[in-house]
Amino acid sequence: MAAVTTSAERSLNKLAIVGVLIVTIIFLAPIYWIASTAFKPRNLATTIPPTVVFQPEISPFVKLFTKRSQLRTAPTPEQYAAAPWWERLVFDGGEKVVRSGRGEVQWSGYPSRFMNSLIVAITSTILAVGMGTFTAYGFSRFKIKGEQDLLFFILSTRMLPPVVVAIPMFLMYRAVGLNDTHWGLIILYTAFNLSFSVWLMKGFMDEIPKEYEEAALVDGYTRMEAFFKIVLPEAATGIAATAVFCFITAWNEYAFALIMTNRRAQTAPPFIPSQVGSGLSDWTVIAAGTFLFLLPVAIFTFLLRNHLLRGMSFGAIRK
Amino acid sequence: MTQIELRGVQKFFGAVQVIKDLNLKIDDNEFIVLLGQSGCGKTTTLRAIAGLETIDGGDVLIDGKPVQHLKAADRDIAMVFQSFSLYPHMSVYENIAFPLRAMRKSRAEIDGEVRSVAKVLQINDLLGKKPSALSGGDMQRVAIGRALVRRPKAMLMDEPIGALDAKLREEMRAEIKRLHIKQGSTTIYVTHDQIEAMSLADRIVIMHEGVLQQVGSPSEVYKHPANLFVAQFVGSPVMNVAKAAVTMNGSGARVTVDGAAEGFLFPAELVGQLDAANAGQDGLALGIRPEGVMVSREPADGYLPVEAHIIEPLGSYDIVDLKVGAQMLRARTRSGFVGKPGVQVFARLDPAQAHFFDTASGNSLGVRL
Repeated sequence: MAAVTTSAERSLNKLAIVGVLIVTIIFLAPIYWIASTAFKPRNLATTIPPTVVFQPEISPFVKLFTKRSQLRTAPTPEQYAAAPWWERLVFDGGEKVVRSGRGEVQWSGYPSRFMNSLIVAITSTILAVGMGTFTAYGFSRFKIKGEQDLLFFILSTRMLPPVVVAIPMFLMYRAVGLNDTHWGLIILYTAFNLSFSVWLMKGFMDEIPKEYEEAALVDGYTRMEAFFKIVLPEAATGIAATAVFCFITAWNEYAFALIMTNRRAQTAPPFIPSQVGSGLSDWTVIAAGTFLFLLPVAIFTFLLRNHLLRGMSFGAIRK
Repeated sequence: MTQIELRGVQKFFGAVQVIKDLNLKIDDNEFIVLLGQSGCGKTTTLRAIAGLETIDGGDVLIDGKPVQHLKAADRDIAMVFQSFSLYPHMSVYENIAFPLRAMRKSRAEIDGEVRSVAKVLQINDLLGKKPSALSGGDMQRVAIGRALVRRPKAMLMDEPIGALDAKLREEMRAEIKRLHIKQGSTTIYVTHDQIEAMSLADRIVIMHEGVLQQVGSPSEVYKHPANLFVAQFVGSPVMNVAKAAVTMNGSGARVTVDGAAEGFLFPAELVGQLDAANAGQDGLALGIRPEGVMVSREPADGYLPVEAHIIEPLGSYDIVDLKVGAQMLRARTRSGFVGKPGVQVFARLDPAQAHFFDTASGNSLGVRL
């Protein structure tokens, strides 16, 4: 290509930038919709055309975390004055916060569902990535009888859409008492992700020259030490990428969470839509729940962005 | 004091035997170079000594003790890889300190030893850098530093300068030699570059297809190659090899190159020595290095007329192809000595530099004139 950009090329560049902007806007619009609805007063959530400019408020979040009921009579001025600021927001919406006999605020189901999501997604990610890394290392470094067949077998577990086995899985889980337990979902999601994790990590492991470990072996380390001191830091990029994918899969999984859990171990994805239509559907609360649900994946990806973007520094090996 | 011995070592990769009954004894402080073409088994031999490759037969002994069942970590041997294999996520300092940490040394000890090695290798300024920020020569120095710092029983080097460019290679060659003289540790060095081998080695071990061909000092290997493979592998430009016949003619012997009308004059002892070596007359090959082919512009006693073909001017000397019978003999002459291709010059062979081989076995007949 010519080193000097012609005017035709420059206008083409501008056109490309415009195109990228349009695509970006299309992709970001739903996220903006959810984020803005989470901060809207309830009466503005369903207007046509949508309200774009409004006074943001956090009452949807207060409602999201508390158990509420409809007000039959307006609160007395004393009740209103005695209530903390967040409870007044609920009063303003024509509802009241449910309190126990001793006056303790009753939490909604959301915080525990959110915690369940975190527990299940984090644990299954650690398990899938951990096992995947070890398995991939084994396949990458050692001569294994029937290696290709085994790798294909691992891959083949992904060939069936998981939902196909949902009913038998449910019956099996019920028989062994794993339904509606954290471990039930953790085992399920680890199994979903493991084949993916093995294959992705094997690609990364194959890229790490085995001379690094050999150098460590000659330098006086055992293979295990060489693995932890040399291979793992070199594989950090791969581990980060695999972890992000596994986490997203486990975090977003809906169908099995819906079938296998109902209360104790229910995760956020089946819970959030279940709030639609229980009594009055308050879209701002659903939007607030969805918005908070988006954050962990966004934060996790953001924290690992350097690993995800950085090309590995293979500068120390001459090929 | 470290001696390394290989006794009847065998190694297979599947059905392919890559090391065939290898026997070799390496003395303390010796600099041994394993020389051969790629795929000849030299690197596998080195890796077997290091413990990175298992062997299928024989013994590897370090200081008289068999070590073939020991892990690499327990053999107390250091290795420099062709790729250098510096750990990319560690600084130069950490790279050099890495083997010491395996020995669970104290911080102060590690620091002292890393710095003293860095000083010897003149890489003090690089200690804080990451390997990716280093030049090829510096990476190589760091890799050597990492190998030296532990004061291992022996140093193994697998084409350590093969990845560098020509000028740097020459510099590093001198540096490795200097370091060996200074530090004096048993060293086994693998290369396919015969110049590297000649310049560094106390003894050269030449391998071909998994079989040891010859072990000897650089000058022994150069002057008295044990077989045709060694003769043609060591030395640049390559030794001339031609089918030849020997006849007695009056007071002297004549060596006639295949297809030539006249033979070169040799001392009469040649016939006796060939008879003693049981040389079959039809399977005889003459080997002579280009510097053993004397060229004259005027006719002289014992010189045969030959035609000059291609002339390669190489600066300090020329290589001239001379047509002798059906063969080309390459001669080394003063630069510009033969004016142009096609002219007639006169040549004779220096009997002291001539080698005779049995063409069937390829072995040298041990003729020394």
